[in-house]
Amino acid sequence: MSFEEKVTWVNTVTTVIVVAIYAWVVGGQIAENPVADIAYQTPMLIAVGAIIGLTIAGVIAMAIGTAISAEITGEGSVDDIDRKDERDITINRRGDLVGYYVSSAFMIGALAVTMLDYAHFWIAHAIFAGLLVAGLTSSVVKLVVYRRGY
Amino acid sequence: MGKPTNVTNSIRALRFSANEMTQAGLADRVDMTRQTIIAIEQGRYSPSLEVAFKIARVFNVPLDEVFHYPEESSSTATSAKK
Repeated sequence: MSFEEKVTWVNTVTTVIVVAIYAWVVGGQIAENPVADIAYQTPMLIAVGAIIGLTIAGVIAMAIGTAISAEITGEGSVDDIDRKDERDITINRRGDLVGYYVSSAFMIGALAVTMLDYAHFWIAHAIFAGLLVAGLTSSVVKLVVYRRGY
Repeated sequence: MGKPTNVTNSIRALRFSANEMTQAGLADRVDMTRQTIIAIEQGRYSPSLEVAFKIARVFNVPLDEVFHYPEESSSTATSAKK
């Protein structure tokens, strides 16, 4: 598995875990309170920060692990960590393109929700969901293409 | 699932005839990752023309001794000429 593919895995797993925790924390309040009273802002900002921070931490940990593993087992090389070739770049582009389409669809949805005068809670979550789903879709496309080839 | 490309190659055989060059060794020579060399050998990725030339140059052979593309069927070839 190339380093770029590992980075995609780290990002995907981190996003899924953070979103699950966010949904548990905020989603659980929907049934009990009016959405206007739900303080989603801080958890949402923490979730965004956590996805970025944990992904960076995960990539650093993985780079260190890869370097140690290369030294001990002799398989692979420290050079592999920052090596990115045309295949990685093309796969990234493909994933990002699909993510862009998904993001665009969600933004149209967010626009519609805004025009229909929904609460800020729903507008913010339409945008948040768009970013998350686009990111996850992009990552899944990349992982599938890495495995299946093209 | 069929292979995503019709391009085949003889990289594996060429590596063995070049003092059993490893995939990592070839990757270093053409500045690619070992995983990409594996993907090319398995027919899961068709490299760019530039990388194809680099690989051929490593083995010091013409491009079409490294990469192969199936001949068109005779009916297709005939209709294309018309």
